[in-house]
This record gives sequence, C-alpha cells and structure tokens, in this order.
Amino acid sequence: MSLYNEIGGEGAVNAAVDIFYRKVLKDDRIKRFFDGVDMNKQAAKQKAFLTMAFGGPHNYSGADMRKGHAHLVAQGLNDSHFDAVMEHLGATLAELKVPGHLIAQAAAIAESTRKDVLGK
Amino acid sequence: MSKVVYGGQSYECGESSVLDCLTAHGVAIPSSCRSGVCQTCLMRVVEGEVPDKAKAGLKPTFAAQNYFLACSCYPEKNIEVVLPDAGLGKLDAQVTGVEYLNADILGIRLNPSRPFEYKAGQFINLFKDATTARCYSLASVPALGEALFLNVRKVPGGLVSAWLFADLKAGDTLTISEAAGECFYVSGQPEQNILLIATGSGLAPLYGIIRDALLHGHTGRLSLYHGSYNADGFYLVEELRKLAREYPNFTYMPCISDGEVPAGYAGGMVLDVALADHPDLSGWRVFLCGNPNMVNAAKQQTFFAGASMRDIFADPF
Repeated sequence: MSLYNEIGGEGAVNAAVDIFYRKVLKDDRIKRFFDGVDMNKQAAKQKAFLTMAFGGPHNYSGADMRKGHAHLVAQGLNDSHFDAVMEHLGATLAELKVPGHLIAQAAAIAESTRKDVLGK
Repeated sequence: MSKVVYGGQSYECGESSVLDCLTAHGVAIPSSCRSGVCQTCLMRVVEGEVPDKAKAGLKPTFAAQNYFLACSCYPEKNIEVVLPDAGLGKLDAQVTGVEYLNADILGIRLNPSRPFEYKAGQFINLFKDATTARCYSLASVPALGEALFLNVRKVPGGLVSAWLFADLKAGDTLTISEAAGECFYVSGQPEQNILLIATGSGLAPLYGIIRDALLHGHTGRLSLYHGSYNADGFYLVEELRKLAREYPNFTYMPCISDGEVPAGYAGGMVLDVALADHPDLSGWRVFLCGNPNMVNAAKQQTFFAGASMRDIFADPF
C-alpha cells in the first residue's frame, strides 16, 4: 500500500490543509511571506504541497520548485523558514493522529525539496 | 470517440484528458500539477457535461457553475469548453425602478431583455460605454421572480456611479453582462450555520443569499452583521428586521463603528462584533462582502476562528 493511501488519500489532504495553513499563517517567523497573497489560491497550493508530501500524485519538478519560490528567496527565505514549515507539517499530521513512521516518510519527501525551494 | 470544442475548433480527444488533447494541438491552456490538485487548468463547460471526476476537489460553488479541471477530464460525450475568464456575454436590460435606499446608495431594478440565469449574490458588469464598466452584486432572488436588484454606492469620483446617480430613470436601457462570481448559496447542508458580514453596499449579495437560503428551507443559523460609520449608512433595515421576526434562525445586527449607538444597534467594528458573538466558527460557512480591507481581514480572522477555507466566500467590493 502506498504512503498516500496509508495516510488516507485526498480525505487526509482535505483534513490537513486547514490545520496546516492556519499554523503557517499564525507563525510570526514565516507569515510575512504570505502577505498580500490571495488566501484561496494559496490554500490550493498548500493542498498541492501536502498531496506531494503524502506521496500522492503530483508533477512538480525541481525546476518548478525553484521558479515558484525564487521571489521568496530574494526576500530572504532560508533554512530557518523551511524548518518552520517542516515543523508545522509534522505537528499537523500528529494532530490528525497519523502514526509516527508515516509522518517520518512524509517529512522525508518534503525535506527532499529543500535545496530546490531555497534555490541552492 | 468524443470531441472537444474550444474557440470554435473541434478536437478529437481519444483516450487523453481535455488538457492533453488541447495542448497536443497547440492550444495554450494554463496548467501546473496536471494531477487534479492545483486547479490551475480550471475550465468551464458551456455545452454538454463532464464526468464528476473532473470536478473532484472543486468548491461546490465552482462545480455548480460547470467549472472543471481539464487535466482530470476524460470526456464521455461531446463537450464545448471555455477558459474561466472568457468574456461574459452582454445583454440589454430595461430599468424598471430607481430609488434611494439611503443618501449614498441607489437601488436599481432591471428587467433583462432575454432569459437571464443567475444565482442570488453573483455579480454583473454594468456598462457606461463599451470600455467603462463596474461590477455590481445581485440582491434579488431568481426563484422569487423578482426584477434584478442592484445596490449602487455613490463612489467619490466614480465614473459609473456618478453617471447612474445623475441620469438614471425608469424606462432607460442599460447594457449588462451575464452573471458571475462564487458568492452564492449552495443547498445540500441545510443545518450548517452561516455567518454573513458586510459593509456598505456589500449588503446587496448577502440580502440575496439570505433570502435564497430561507427559500431553500435552510434550518441552520443565518447570522448577518452589517457595518457602517453611523446610523445613516444602513438600508433595507425594515426588510431585514421583518425577515428576522418571520424566521427565528435569521438574526440581523447593524453595527456602528463611530458615533452614537441607538437601541437595536451594536457599537464597534462589524468584524469585531461578529467574532465576539461567534468566537468558534468550526463547521460554519462564511460570506464576506464590502470594503476590501474588512474582507481580507475577515477572511483570515474567520479562518483562524475555525471556518474551513473551503467554506469562506468573499467579494471584495
């Protein structure tokens, strides 16, 4: 069984997106990166990110990740901000009572995008 | 073998998705994840029907307007599709009534020249001339057979509103667009509580949505807050108070942010008053219309108070 199905598929993504996005927007360390961004469009992107981290279907390449975050890197996006997002991902899954070994797998997938997201 | 019509051209879809079919033929359709998640490839079907799978994950208001995701759409029948921002059709409408709702807001009633489909709370564009138009929300309810009802606020220096306030009279003919927007009531969860917050003429869509919901037999709470600087800024007050007497699940609270607060009104910023009354919005549906600063703040605050992003509907005008 794939990670995506084990975590709970699209239902799990839908349950996670509000919790995750709320944590991100409330976090003083990173919320400035979301100033002036349309919340509905952003929520759709958060959903795409969570789908990918949960091992679900996606088509993002490393180049997409670089391009999509380049303007944020220019604003100072760095490892500390990436760490904050990783923290919220883990906390969200823990809140949804996802077993630890699955959280670790999702975190590993998200972690694999770090270099591209930060333009390194 | 089903065909897809786009931009006047017909394309054979074969086994591929609408997105793959169109892009393979050199048609530029915006897309990103190509797996039904990011919603970049949103399109609208104007002829025929798409499989339900092509609407998975869309907001119910989008699905109700025949939007779908091109990457997840494997058509079973012939369909005609457009991009979501393909221009709305235009039509003439005759003015059947003009009245001042308060000193700054004009109520305009229109009779469209041809059958006109819309949902209470959606907006139309009203054209002063070929290139000058403004969006106005519809306060009328189609199922009640009412004339289209617009609430136009006098905007200082506003080209279209100044023209309407100066000149408009019953019998005039105006050019309007077809209706659009996702700020409307969707039935199916009659017990869900609904919070509605407006400033100024942002009341218009909410007045339509509330009456539409009550007509659909909505049983959950409908809690309306209307904000203004002072008591002169409110309108439709008697109509709303009457509705509140008739329907115990509907409550109406006009909120005054500045100045004296007579009995029957609340003092304070409309968003603060609404959130003080409803600190936990888990499971609620939320409609927000009016001043863009209020709407943007309210989107975030109601989301933080527990409303799901999927359940928050807003028009920033």
